[in-house]
Amino acid sequence: MLTIAIYIALVGVAASMIGIVIRVVKGPSAADRVVALDSLGISLIAMTGLFSMLLDSSVFLEVILLLGILAFIGTVAFSKYLEKGAIVDRERHK
Amino acid sequence: MKKPNDVILQTVTTVISFIIILFSINLFFAGHYTPGGGFIGGLMTAAALVLLLLAYDVKTLNKVLPFNYQVMTAAGLLIAVLTSAGALLFNEPFLTHAYDYFDLPLLGKTSLHTAVLFDTGVYLVVIGITMTIIQTIGESE
Repeated sequence: MLTIAIYIALVGVAASMIGIVIRVVKGPSAADRVVALDSLGISLIAMTGLFSMLLDSSVFLEVILLLGILAFIGTVAFSKYLEKGAIVDRERHK
Repeated sequence: MKKPNDVILQTVTTVISFIIILFSINLFFAGHYTPGGGFIGGLMTAAALVLLLLAYDVKTLNKVLPFNYQVMTAAGLLIAVLTSAGALLFNEPFLTHAYDYFDLPLLGKTSLHTAVLFDTGVYLVVIGITMTIIQTIGESE
């Protein structure tokens, strides 16, 4: 029963990932693509959690936390690039 | 042009960087029995430092954490070589590691392995190289 529910949830997440990929490909502005890539990472986290339930193992739980951190840092870096044109400042402007 | 204000980013960074560093230390020490180890632990620590670089700047990070990352890389390599060569003192082949069980005050019966010392070298090398690359690219014009 739970296996069927996991399969249904996997299909749902995969379908939403296809929708997100469409937004990545034809998003009119760069910000659309950045937000779409961020939600692609979050969907990947959901996918990993569902697969770790399906495979009945707890060794993928680090991957979930890791993907969350990496998605956050990547999104922050990209939005800083869009905002200021540079990712790492040498010295703060006053 | 209005003054940029990233107070939300800086507040979030001060909280989250500690969580990321704790997670990386957990990954580093969990490497023997569960997924993790020196490489991914070092990468996560470097990720926390990169987040600090994003929210602040190179000069502030150098003031808060005055590390020379090239020296850190060299120290990591030295630790790795010395812990590998330590086996030679006991008439064993190079890179032979040893472990034993100890009764520690708080942790109880714990197995301590010299591979952790080797992993510390890997950890320092990964942090040093990642931060050297990012700071060098970030500082160039």
